[in-house]
Amino acid sequence: MGTIGTVFAKEVLDNFRDRRTLLSALIMGPLFGPILFAFIINLSIQRSLSDAEETLDVPVIGAEHAPNLASYLESRNLRIVDAPESRDAAIAAVETGQHDVVVYIPGNIGERLRQSLPARIEVISDQANSAATRDARRVRSALYGYNQELVAMRLAARGISPLAVQPLNIDDVDVSTPSGRSALLLGMMSYFFIFSLMMGGMYLAIDSTAGERERGSLEPLLSLPVTRDRLILGKISAACLFMMLSLALSMLAFFVALNFLPLEQLGMTPNFGLPVVGKAFLLLLPFILLGAALMTLVASFTKSYREAQTWLSGLLLAPTLPILIVSVLTLRPQTVYMFIPSLSQHLLLVDMVKNEPLDPLHVTISVVCTLAIGIALTWLCARLYRREGLLG
Amino acid sequence: MIRVDDIHKSFGKVRAVRGLGFTAPDGKITGLLGPNGAGKSTTLRVLYTVLRPDSGSATIDGHDVVTDSLAARRCTGALPHGAGLYPHLTARENIVYFAKLCGLPKSELNGRVDRIIEQLDIGDIAHRRTKGFSQGERTRVALARALVHDPQNVILDEPSNGLDVMATRALRELILQLKAAGRCVLFSSHVMQEVAALCDDIVIVANGRIAAVGTANEIRERTGCEDLEDAFVAALKGVPD
Repeated sequence: MGTIGTVFAKEVLDNFRDRRTLLSALIMGPLFGPILFAFIINLSIQRSLSDAEETLDVPVIGAEHAPNLASYLESRNLRIVDAPESRDAAIAAVETGQHDVVVYIPGNIGERLRQSLPARIEVISDQANSAATRDARRVRSALYGYNQELVAMRLAARGISPLAVQPLNIDDVDVSTPSGRSALLLGMMSYFFIFSLMMGGMYLAIDSTAGERERGSLEPLLSLPVTRDRLILGKISAACLFMMLSLALSMLAFFVALNFLPLEQLGMTPNFGLPVVGKAFLLLLPFILLGAALMTLVASFTKSYREAQTWLSGLLLAPTLPILIVSVLTLRPQTVYMFIPSLSQHLLLVDMVKNEPLDPLHVTISVVCTLAIGIALTWLCARLYRREGLLG
Repeated sequence: MIRVDDIHKSFGKVRAVRGLGFTAPDGKITGLLGPNGAGKSTTLRVLYTVLRPDSGSATIDGHDVVTDSLAARRCTGALPHGAGLYPHLTARENIVYFAKLCGLPKSELNGRVDRIIEQLDIGDIAHRRTKGFSQGERTRVALARALVHDPQNVILDEPSNGLDVMATRALRELILQLKAAGRCVLFSSHVMQEVAALCDDIVIVANGRIAAVGTANEIRERTGCEDLEDAFVAALKGVPD
């Protein structure tokens, strides 16, 4: 066994005995994502189900002035309940959060309608409250429906086809597939994968410089007849192993979570079977070297273990930044993006989950470019491991 | 044999070593004696090649510590000041790790490790993880780790720091054994009695310079002091700031 192998074996043994490393690499990192994910999905499933089906209680002031409107609302699954006495009381009740939405029908509505004049109806809600906004939207859409019925009736009474006032019939044609719709939500997955793989190597990366120094084992190690390049390579490869484990666990956890979540109810069928898990793992492999080298590099500049921890916690977010930006801007994969590590892996992963064919050129650029940067950073680590400042 | 020739080393504005030179021959114990901050550790760190001198040179068995540092390290065993162990590994695993890194062949490895464990009398703690070891236990394991490849030259930086009487005695015996085996032993200390009791040659260092070199008797004669402590103080006074 060569020097690199000796260092590698020792680091692996050492870290398997370290509860802190195991906790962060094999439990917190891999499970944080899937658990959060399952939580969010469950929440949105519950919400979307409650939206359409559940009866919504709506306080209506002056329902007695418009019995037809009231029965129309009931037919739209909105139950009219007791309302505050006046419009002012209603506004106060919405402000204090006692009611999410209140409908106010003025007493003159019957007269206005008979004269074919616009009748005023108020939907009182707090637009800053997202739950209230959803309820208000339902109420408003029911009121628009009633409005359309009145239009049709009036036109029919005058012998005009209601179609005459509807020159355009606008229809949304949604071409997204169930896999495609999944991609929107599952785009988050690559964020968690990268987070998890970075967590997996964090403590090992700190250990190779700041940790060894703080323990006082760095000088004895450096006084041995081995070149420092080999020491750092052994340490980086051990970090890579832990990152791989962390990533594999994270992917399996997602695989299990996605199988248990009722995603079909959201109209999603994620393409994340075991073959895709395998491919995604291979796709992220080059990023592991880059992550390990980057963390080792940053840790080598720090003065103490704690300082290294602070810097690396911040660094965990760096590779996820491009992903966040892309998710917000919803960019499509382009060849230029493939040169950017983490971004390229994210975009390719999203395509995979969408069940779209991967461009071989994109995959090649992503792998080669990420690997090249990883190797360059490793080389830099080895260079920096030679400087005296390392001893602190 | 260790040769140091006019080395200088500064850390920023602090001139830790300014023109130190001496020779530590085989089969003898050479003591680097001096107050705290005299430049002893810096000199030894240059010798076990974790620091590079700004100027001057040093060789170990003829290998330059800068240009041929790997060869110099190969014939050296070093115990740096406050040497730490890997707390999740057992004492034996700590020693085996260093033995492997020193390139001991597999066939000799276990035998060597067992022998050094016996020699340093750490058999009873060999299979315990080193987390929570006492200072004495830690030093002995670190020493075993440094000597496992049977180096010709041994560099010890304040090895008796934090050791109790029994451990200090054991250490002294080990150093004498190394001498008897023809090794070159160079160690630093700020405790004069220890150096006087053990060393063949004494190098008194102050402010990064040599204050006096020689056997204990020679230094007494030269300073004109009967008592070695007085001689030490007298030697220090002769050194400019």
